[in-house]
Amino acid sequence: MGFKNVPMSTAKPSEHKESLFSPQLRAEIDKWIAKYPPEWRQSAVMAALMLVQEENGGWLTVELMDKVAAYLDMAPIAVYEVASFYSMYERQPVGRHKICVCTNVSCMINGSDKVVEYLEKKIGVKLGQTSEDGRYTLKEVECLGACGGAPMFQIGKKYYENLTPELIDSILEGLE
Amino acid sequence: MANEVCFRNMDQDRPWLLEHYRSRGGYEVLTKILREKIQPESIVNEVKASGLRGRGGAGFPTGLKWSFISRNAPGQKYVVCNSDEGEPGTFKDRDVLRYNPHQLIEGMVIAGYAIGATCGYNYIRGEFWEPYERFEAALEEARAAGFLGKDLLGSGFDFELYSHLGAGAYICGEETALLESIEGKKGQPRYKPPFPAHFGLYGRPTIINNTESLASIPVILEKGGEWFKQLGVENSGGSKLFSISGNIKNPGVFEIPLGTPFAELLEMAGGMKDGSKLKAVIPGGSSAPILPGDVMMQLTMDYDAIAKAGSMLGSGAVIVLDDSNCMVKVLERMSYFYHEESCGQCTPCREGTGWLYRVVKRIETGRGRPQDLALLDDMTTKIAGRTICALGDAAAMPVQGMLRHFRDEFEYHIKHKRCMVG
Repeated sequence: MGFKNVPMSTAKPSEHKESLFSPQLRAEIDKWIAKYPPEWRQSAVMAALMLVQEENGGWLTVELMDKVAAYLDMAPIAVYEVASFYSMYERQPVGRHKICVCTNVSCMINGSDKVVEYLEKKIGVKLGQTSEDGRYTLKEVECLGACGGAPMFQIGKKYYENLTPELIDSILEGLE
Repeated sequence: MANEVCFRNMDQDRPWLLEHYRSRGGYEVLTKILREKIQPESIVNEVKASGLRGRGGAGFPTGLKWSFISRNAPGQKYVVCNSDEGEPGTFKDRDVLRYNPHQLIEGMVIAGYAIGATCGYNYIRGEFWEPYERFEAALEEARAAGFLGKDLLGSGFDFELYSHLGAGAYICGEETALLESIEGKKGQPRYKPPFPAHFGLYGRPTIINNTESLASIPVILEKGGEWFKQLGVENSGGSKLFSISGNIKNPGVFEIPLGTPFAELLEMAGGMKDGSKLKAVIPGGSSAPILPGDVMMQLTMDYDAIAKAGSMLGSGAVIVLDDSNCMVKVLERMSYFYHEESCGQCTPCREGTGWLYRVVKRIETGRGRPQDLALLDDMTTKIAGRTICALGDAAAMPVQGMLRHFRDEFEYHIKHKRCMVG
């Protein structure tokens, strides 16, 4: 008796895939699909969710997750599982700039508490909240693998290291 | 003796470019292998002879891992690189991806040749956007130069390599969780056996190695396994990247021979910040039990020395703590991490990490009870070794290390409802 490993999809493949996303978004997702064996379209689910999330202003709706499921021939529940398991997916609206502050050990002993305190005061929200004007979301994250530059945070795709109040001011001022 | 392997190009301007990599002999080993049709077995034997042990944390001999794959078995096989660097304190693979991506690519193609795989994936953690872009650009360059794709350099050997981006989950650094993740699922570890060498990605034979391990391969084959082995000490061949952070002057990544005294590494990192006093060191990432500073000052940085002292070298992530740190607070933060990152599959870990965190937190916040330390001792033995993957052990070990070496601080916290320090 051997082990089996097949995609979880049991859903009837959607016949109208071109209507699900814009041609540009489909082209982006298709680039990822092409990396994997043809029967493993679902391997592109993580990248597809990230692309769709980005286009939707940083968060995922159930409707969007269902579209990803249809596009990749997956059961919707399998997509929800992925979207809820990984911490970079948001299932609630977020601000235009998501500030992900690392508070793990190396950052903590280099003053990440003060970074959080400073940001909370400056933006006027607590960790996990979004500012009323929709500009910022403040999020606590686990080690981002940049302990040499502690304390640090990530905004969008960029890392900012060796943070000080002055540096934080200039970083936030430089954002759109 | 520093910067001999993964950082051999660090003195160059923009070392990540193909032409710069080639100016240091880059891709020459691969070219020789393909042109002379070197026997795959001899490559595996050379890696075995080098004494290279997995640089991701487990320290399993890389050559031995490769030899578990039966090269002539029919069907697809895969080479997977684990760049899901997430162990708190570790930040070395990020630098390999940013500064020496071609050496990793060359190592992966060679690995593919050695085990008979024609396809590879590099799993990069989702937050690592800059390293991902660097790696992608290097893939393009390598493809254009004929080091990736069909019929490499006219040898008849095909190899294609892709990156896969994660999306934020520590557990995907566990090799079978990582494979699940590439398959488009939640990253929950698989039962072993079967091991990935027999049943890996898409159910096919797979070798999965850490970024630094794979990036070491071209240099090992260029200079010889014996040369690499001699860089280090008995049982710990080669040099290694150490990520050193904490209360020190110049944190960063240093490539040094295994067996280098910790005191030397600390000095390379500029020593303690602001003349503070060394209190303790976490020698191998946050899962490694903490050791008192005076013990560390007598130790060398290799697998056996750190193991004998009751901890582990792990991924080579060294977190240095000075005497202003309250150990209860440090442990509270670490325990929160394992609770947050438990994948939820096994009860002892899912529930146990929450219990560990809550009990440490209540001690930290002055609500500790006299029996709490015995309770913590007991809980760790009910988590470690009772789960599918090593995250259970990883959550238990920091607690055990703290209670072994700094029990008095915890007792003081419970009795006086405040820190012994500060």
